[in-house]
Amino acid sequence: METFIHQVVAGIAAGGVYASLALALVMIYQSTHHINFAQGEIAMFATYMAWTLINAGVSYWLAFVCTILLSFSLGVLIQRIIIRPVENAPVLNIVVVFIGLLVILNSIAGWVFTYTIKAFPSPFPKEQPFGLFFISSHELGSIGVTMVLLLLLYSFFKFTPLGLAMRAAAQNPDSSRLVGIRVGWMLALGWGLAAAIGSVAGMMIAPVVFLEPNMMSGILLYAFAAALVGGIDSPGGAVLGGFIVGILENILGAYVIGTELKLSVALVLIIVVLTIKPAGLFGKVIVSRV
Amino acid sequence: MKKRQFALTALCISLIGFALPAAAQKKYDPGASDTEIKIGQTMPYSGPASAYGVIGKVQAAYFKQLNETGGINGRKINFITLDDGYSPPKTVEMIRRLVEQDEVLLTLGTLGTPSNTAIHKYMNTKKVPHMFLATGASKWNDPKNNPWTIGFNPNYQSEGKLYAQHILATKPNAKIAVLMQNDDYGKDYFNGFKEGLGAKAASMIVSQATYEVTDPTIDSQIVTLKGSGADTFFNITTPKFAAQAIRKVSDVGWKPTHYLNQVSASVGSVLKPAGLDVSVGLISMNYIKEGADSRWDNDPTMKDFKALIKKYAPEVSADDGNATYGYAVAQMMVQVLKQAGDNLTRENVMKQAASIKDFQVPMALPGVLASTSPTDFALFQTMQLVKFDGKTWVEFGKPVAVK
Amino acid sequence: MSSNLPSTENSIPWIRIVLGLIAACVLPFFISNYHVFQASMVLSYAIALVGMNILIGYSGQISLGHGAFLAIGAYTSAILMDKMNIPYWMTIPIAAFICLVVGFLFGLPALRLEGHYLALATFALAVALPQLLKFKHLEFLTGGVQGIVIMKPDPPWETLFGLKLNSDRWLYFFTLAVTVVMFVIGWNLIRGRVGRALIAIRDQPIAAASMGIDTPLYKSLAFGVSAMFTGVAGALSAILVAFVAPDSFTVFLSITLLVGMVIGGVTSLPGALYGALFIQFIPNIADQISKAAPWAIYGTMLILFMYTMPTGIAGALRLLGEKFRPTRS
Repeated sequence: METFIHQVVAGIAAGGVYASLALALVMIYQSTHHINFAQGEIAMFATYMAWTLINAGVSYWLAFVCTILLSFSLGVLIQRIIIRPVENAPVLNIVVVFIGLLVILNSIAGWVFTYTIKAFPSPFPKEQPFGLFFISSHELGSIGVTMVLLLLLYSFFKFTPLGLAMRAAAQNPDSSRLVGIRVGWMLALGWGLAAAIGSVAGMMIAPVVFLEPNMMSGILLYAFAAALVGGIDSPGGAVLGGFIVGILENILGAYVIGTELKLSVALVLIIVVLTIKPAGLFGKVIVSRV
Repeated sequence: MKKRQFALTALCISLIGFALPAAAQKKYDPGASDTEIKIGQTMPYSGPASAYGVIGKVQAAYFKQLNETGGINGRKINFITLDDGYSPPKTVEMIRRLVEQDEVLLTLGTLGTPSNTAIHKYMNTKKVPHMFLATGASKWNDPKNNPWTIGFNPNYQSEGKLYAQHILATKPNAKIAVLMQNDDYGKDYFNGFKEGLGAKAASMIVSQATYEVTDPTIDSQIVTLKGSGADTFFNITTPKFAAQAIRKVSDVGWKPTHYLNQVSASVGSVLKPAGLDVSVGLISMNYIKEGADSRWDNDPTMKDFKALIKKYAPEVSADDGNATYGYAVAQMMVQVLKQAGDNLTRENVMKQAASIKDFQVPMALPGVLASTSPTDFALFQTMQLVKFDGKTWVEFGKPVAVK
Repeated sequence: MSSNLPSTENSIPWIRIVLGLIAACVLPFFISNYHVFQASMVLSYAIALVGMNILIGYSGQISLGHGAFLAIGAYTSAILMDKMNIPYWMTIPIAAFICLVVGFLFGLPALRLEGHYLALATFALAVALPQLLKFKHLEFLTGGVQGIVIMKPDPPWETLFGLKLNSDRWLYFFTLAVTVVMFVIGWNLIRGRVGRALIAIRDQPIAAASMGIDTPLYKSLAFGVSAMFTGVAGALSAILVAFVAPDSFTVFLSITLLVGMVIGGVTSLPGALYGALFIQFIPNIADQISKAAPWAIYGTMLILFMYTMPTGIAGALRLLGEKFRPTRS
């Protein structure tokens, strides 16, 4: 029984990791209606920026804030310079550009920082929280951070005029322009915010999995699955999706199918969920009238 | 009279005897000439195994420096190393290019079990020396059927057997948990381990788990293994996951006797990120000198190595186990080429590689000698158990002979 | 999706095709064996890209997991050759049939999924398949993590019209023949009723359904046919490389196929060939340009190609051709 609880909690901790990156995916989707495959690499790159700052002697929290600002600017720059020329191109062309971006960021990170793993500090204390041994302070802390991000994102989109403007720009760019929304800058803002969220995700993930250029590739798939299971346009759904994926995978691996097939079975189950609820658990089904 | 005639004849014969070697022909196969020796290599500089690219980088630097000091027997080494992204079809393509287009004399240190499996038959059919493979799979030691392939790494299966035998000797009632990478390398270690435990394998191994290279973490596996109540842990993971495992084992409050496979035994690239304090007590096997070990601070080879990477490969860290490994392989290669002298045919290169007699590779631990024979291509015949004391790996016990 | 229609109004460029075939047949005698091997690989990728064209370009569904069908085709061929001693040329139609069925079966539940969700499902397939291939209870068949080593076939004749044939050249001609057959099948499908139905479904799904087109059947069929093409490509690549292993079929392979298809030209048969040339040779060229970060060069080229040639290489060539053709009344 004790091991079972431990597995579930480990699943929640892993799920928190997936959830934080899933939030960045949701952010980019809600503002541009595209799923950015390069999101993981941008997060990884941002984490390396943080690492460089910390190594240069900057204190953790200062580096944290600087990284968020730097990645925001990086996101905006990427959108304005690289994505804008293909904004109106067919979806597949945009996907190829994302792939190109992914590969470039990964390669440059490997070249500048090498592929050897690096330890990344955690802002949370080393001791177990409240004497619990099946979760570490860092894991608890990062789940907390994810929740804070979730709250911020949710309120931003639901309650602020800017959030509304961004959603409008993504859903119906032409009408939005007619109402006076600067669609171009909405998209850039979306990218900037997504990059910022991704950088936080990266800084929370790196202490657990160790910083290296391929750090995010495994996580991206889970984050993708989590975002879709929860509903790609629902931040809350994405986070819940992350936890579901994390727990499901752990339980499957430990008790049902063994570690050799757990990834495959987890994904199959997710697809089964999607065939039953095609828009995800909390997503809105778009009904189109003939 | 007779005595003088005899002496004169003897003199003539000995003169001829001395003259013959001097008139010996220089013999070359494609890739060798008076001025250069071409060596080919494929290495995963990109993709999931890119952390091993350091090996190729260090070797390239080594040969570059060697060329600047005159090369081997006056010939410069033209080292062509290509990226195969750890993808077997790409390895096949790149090796074919090296053999058929670049016409290298031999290949050195090609990395990865699947990658080498893909080119194994090709190299032996084409009769090109397939040398010092960067993998410990047992199938490379097969001089009868594949006389052109010779491995470098001590055999994974033998290492697994070593740990098994140590457990049987020190803790015969141990309950063992195993974590392994779900591929050839992991399975090889595990098979050797089981073989070493013999009939008791089924009863002693109480829990086993695998992971994929694409998995983000192995936390769930560690939780399962701990939950089995095991008191001994055999950790067959590559560096990134080894660091994660060491950390997680400590985090969950599990204190087993922890055996770590040699592939991930680097202080700099694994133990330091994981935490030196939580790595105390780890047991592994060592055969190459560690950059982080202060014992070698004044060792000439280590000093040369550190100067080399400082000058030619500054992004490489001296603590990286892959770097010292690459250096050792390069040194072995140079030794074989030196032995070959002016007879640089592929056949002679293999002959020299098959007749290494108790050679102390400078970068290898003192006493770990390399020996081969035409019937046994395994380079290292003994393995040394080591334990981590918080700063470096300390030898304990005598070197064990392995088969 | 862009509504590219196949150029049914233009006549088949017979002269160009015949010239191309003659050049292709003569090629292996002028280049080294290693390049012949590379050319054969290009042809097999081209077949796979035709498969992706049918699914993504013509039927408007997406797949991020076609590497899985490459794997199924390759392993089918390898298992048949290694365990059942079936000659290599017979494995191609068998692999085609198996992949047709598997693809169709996958297409059925995929009907419920659209866009991103289908992308995830196919992505999941690409990720799950290597795990299945390594699964220990299937090891007796798949060779598990070790993979399967195949014997490279020898040419049936020593010489052809007085020119020397070796294993590489023979396999090249074999691959060329299969490629021609597959391209002809693809061409007929696209120009015929199936192709028109697929385009109708892609562009106006509701109108197509109300006109009586059995949308679910055709969409699943598209998956099946697409998988069949890719399976044939996989079987060919297994014979050429003479080795299959789970590590040969990573997620990155599926992504590479997608990239090749888009760069070549999404709804274009010659585009499949251009795309195959791109994915085979550009990484090597990138490696020559920069040893330090070759994939950064590759990524940059991807992006530049998308800026300058949004309709793919085939589209760009067509535009160029139109510029130089005298205007017809």
